[in-house]
Amino acid sequence: MKELRLMKGNEALAEAAIRAGADAYFGYPITPQSEIIEYLMRENPVERTGMIVLQAESEVAAINMVYGAAGCGKRAMTSSSSPGMSLKQEGISYIAGAELPCVLVNVVRGGPGLGTIQPSQSDYFQAVKGGGHGDYKLIVLAPATVQESVDYVKLAFELAFKYRNPIMILSDGIIGQMMEKVELFEQQPRLTEAPEWATVGKKPGRDSVIVTSLQLQSEEQEKVNLRLQAKYREIEKNEVRYETHLCEDAEYLFAAFGSCARITRKAMEMAREKGIKVGLIRPQTLYPFPVDAINKLAGQVKGILTVEMNAGQMVEDVRLAVNGKTKVEHFGRFGGMIPSPDEILNALEQKIIGG
Amino acid sequence: MTEEIIIAGFGGQGVLSMGQILCYSGVMQEKEVSWMPSYGPEMRGGTANCTAIISDKDISSPVLNAFDTAIVLNQPSMDKFEDAVKPGGLLIYEENGMTRKPRRTDINICAIPAYDESIKMNNTKVFNMIVIGGFLKVKPILELENVIKGLKKVLPERYHNLIPLNEQAIRRGMEIIRTEHSLAK
Repeated sequence: MKELRLMKGNEALAEAAIRAGADAYFGYPITPQSEIIEYLMRENPVERTGMIVLQAESEVAAINMVYGAAGCGKRAMTSSSSPGMSLKQEGISYIAGAELPCVLVNVVRGGPGLGTIQPSQSDYFQAVKGGGHGDYKLIVLAPATVQESVDYVKLAFELAFKYRNPIMILSDGIIGQMMEKVELFEQQPRLTEAPEWATVGKKPGRDSVIVTSLQLQSEEQEKVNLRLQAKYREIEKNEVRYETHLCEDAEYLFAAFGSCARITRKAMEMAREKGIKVGLIRPQTLYPFPVDAINKLAGQVKGILTVEMNAGQMVEDVRLAVNGKTKVEHFGRFGGMIPSPDEILNALEQKIIGG
Repeated sequence: MTEEIIIAGFGGQGVLSMGQILCYSGVMQEKEVSWMPSYGPEMRGGTANCTAIISDKDISSPVLNAFDTAIVLNQPSMDKFEDAVKPGGLLIYEENGMTRKPRRTDINICAIPAYDESIKMNNTKVFNMIVIGGFLKVKPILELENVIKGLKKVLPERYHNLIPLNEQAIRRGMEIIRTEHSLAK
């Protein structure tokens, strides 16, 4: 039976990791996501499911522990917030290059640098465009509710193993800290058999398995890249997820993700009360991006306003998707400031309707 | 029904748990709820606040800049949130330690001497429950029985023996809240 609870986003996400049958969590505390490791330590899932929870000595250590566990075919996860996620980028690039599955959670706070502990979405580029080196992609899931924080953990492990690719859950300080009603899925079994690509010791009669992101022969490394690109095209075909609100009769469109989409929905309700026909598209996957859906809506509306807690990042992907069909503007607050519904409505009126 | 509430005061006054209790009680009454705390440096001294939303409908934004009700427990909180009450909304303030009266005339204003009352009850820890009682008297959006159920969810089991005391505090709050300015004719 499904269970209904009132939970903080971070805690719900941690519980979801246990229930998704994760084998291991490695992390290092940082506000505003420390509740994830705190919850896991308190819950001590080794007694419930055998899942290992370890506080590493640093973020760099944690991501490399994930690399090791993933290489053994285990369901491994790490989480951090922006500055900590920057430290993990080298490891993430290696894991993507070695084509291993893992789940990464970034509960974003304001930057750059140590920045602030308040909510932000300024790591969109880092998550979507590849924060580490090389031509790699993460599948990026952007939860807007505590419920999605739970559901996306399960989905992330499924996608990670389906594509042998790291998956990022891009949360933020609002989603991580807020409490909402949440329905928890049933406990999933942990993996019992190692996949054939896992390095778990060579048995007689089986070829060696090598996990590496290093190919000194350029011809070989190009083949790796071509294989990765083919995989990304497959992901772009299969895994686009988004939600629309009141788009049927919309003359204008908001585009927003994560917690900002929630605030924008409030602005949309206020606009509708004033008789402004505005809809909302909320990408649930930031990569792959809902290019076709946005392009189609661009043919219908007089203008699109992206609302983000950053200085204008997703707006670039929206502009690429729109491809000149209609006007696209950006409204953002940043450095840990949260836009208010009033400000968003005002920006729509100034930049799109009046502009 | 949608009730958007901001609760603000000093850290340690039970501001965050008041919001949680209201939300848990809302869940018991099959409402949609959302609770968003301040988690910044203000938690380490100064003012803490949380936004609690209880609604019959899906809740869009968990963060707001205008509220149906502001419950303020110290002067800095009144200074910060008095203007954030929607016209026609409600401001409840705890009298102890306030250096001025609210200035708005377009909202309903209630005062509650919860701290003094908690001393009379020999337990200052029930201070926040007295305030909740006062709020529920003015805005009876939740049944008392559901608040008790909510309390059972928030309190660890070892404190369940304190629930009758908390219930008493809620009832006291309902009795002592005082209307200072009313828009009702």
